[in-house]
Amino acid sequence: MRVRTLAVALLAGGLALTACGKEGGPGDTGTAPPQQVATDVKVDGSPTFDKMKNRGRVVIGVKEDQPGLGYKDPTSGKFNGFDIEIAKLVAAKLGFADDKIDYKAIPSAGREQALINGDVDYYVGTYTINDKRKQQVAFAGPYFTAGQDLLVKKDDNEITGPETLKGKKVCSVTGSTPIQKVKSEGLTEPENIVELQTYSLCVEQLEQGAVDAVTTDDAILKGYASQSPTTLKVIGKPFSNEPYGIGLPKDDKALRDKVNDILDAAISGGDWQKAYDATLGKSGSTAQKPVLERY
Amino acid sequence: MDVLLDNLDLYGPGFLNTVELFLISAVGSLVLGTILAMLRVAPVPVMRAIGTTYVTLIRNTPLTLVFFFFALAFPLLEIVNADTFGGSAASYYFSAALMALILYTAAFVCEVVRSGINTVPVGQAEASRALGLTFGQMLGSVVLPQATRAVVPPMMSTMIALLKNTTIAAGFSVFQAGSISLNLSERGENQLIGLLWVAAFFIVLVIPMTLLQRSLEKRWSIAR
Repeated sequence: MRVRTLAVALLAGGLALTACGKEGGPGDTGTAPPQQVATDVKVDGSPTFDKMKNRGRVVIGVKEDQPGLGYKDPTSGKFNGFDIEIAKLVAAKLGFADDKIDYKAIPSAGREQALINGDVDYYVGTYTINDKRKQQVAFAGPYFTAGQDLLVKKDDNEITGPETLKGKKVCSVTGSTPIQKVKSEGLTEPENIVELQTYSLCVEQLEQGAVDAVTTDDAILKGYASQSPTTLKVIGKPFSNEPYGIGLPKDDKALRDKVNDILDAAISGGDWQKAYDATLGKSGSTAQKPVLERY
Repeated sequence: MDVLLDNLDLYGPGFLNTVELFLISAVGSLVLGTILAMLRVAPVPVMRAIGTTYVTLIRNTPLTLVFFFFALAFPLLEIVNADTFGGSAASYYFSAALMALILYTAAFVCEVVRSGINTVPVGQAEASRALGLTFGQMLGSVVLPQATRAVVPPMMSTMIALLKNTTIAAGFSVFQAGSISLNLSERGENQLIGLLWVAAFFIVLVIPMTLLQRSLEKRWSIAR
């Protein structure tokens, strides 16, 4: 008992020190009320579901460095964010309670391979649905629609949208879709493009003034903006359409249909809204309910 | 094959940049490493101390950390500003990568050269000093030429390691072979096949180096 009190005290102290407990802070994006865990779920003809059943646990691929979406709290080691809520919701409806979930942090570049190898049962982490990817994996959803946007310093009045980026240094993750878009559309000169390992490194460079803007999906940027509301701001003019889907093994149509059913029920039944309000919605922005695209 | 042909715009410039990074940093680290080795065998204690400190410090630091320093922390020291390296972000990060690779590899080159110097009998140095050569002349015309012969295989290993180390620059805004797989995943290509092609190209780059090593060894071999 004393050990637990001590642990709780330490944890509270740690939270206070890192200021993670503050309202709207990314460390405490909150969690939606737990879902009713479904029992006797059957997904006929789904090898992935059979694998989960035999294991008794579900392995979900997620992001760990995106506040508000998929973020691993460094103090508690717990994952939180909107993607995590969606992942939990799907798991619950498949018959797996929170304590039967194993999260596996997988960066963008490793997602297809993780699904192909069967390292994860499904993947929920800012995974944009596109036709190229559908050749390797399957998508349920979309469960959210994001758009590429810009994060700049609060006192920056020169950058007001993608067309004002000329001559400005723009940062994003190496090889990521947003930076490839900046390149292919010539939004800024090739020598002004900065590609680093993670978004957090880019944000650091922005705060130091080494780059002028960070670009990626608005949902991700909003998380960083709420982390430092006094120094950073999101422009708020999305210039692309990024439907986020749940990545599934390619040939598992049975599971894909099942997950689509689950999402459908969550979107119309209010669980989706609750998940949003508890996480991304805390930044004050509202989101449109997505329309499922079954195939 | 499709993965390669559809993405030639990645593979071509990617490997060109890798070769460029490699060639410049190879020359740079060979020069700096040889100077360091000379420092380490110098008769002046202060010079020896400088050489030893450098090697101990740099050789025990992970390369990624050296990259972090030059790409991200160095600008904060405000010794340099963006204009020092041509003004643009791309030229800054390229120079940062070069600095990191040269300084890191030089420590290894230094130790390889020094081990070569140790294979030259002391009598050679003593004889040349007795003939009236200065320390520099002795090293340059008597000891180093003989040392070079002994260090070809380990030096080539160090250079091959350098070639592969260049891929670390992918995370620090230098587009080269290491960035290819990251770009491929966003294009929705099969990464495993993409990486196999990257590996194949590296083998193609390493083979000439191995051949060069063999021919140098043959040309410089002597009957002892």
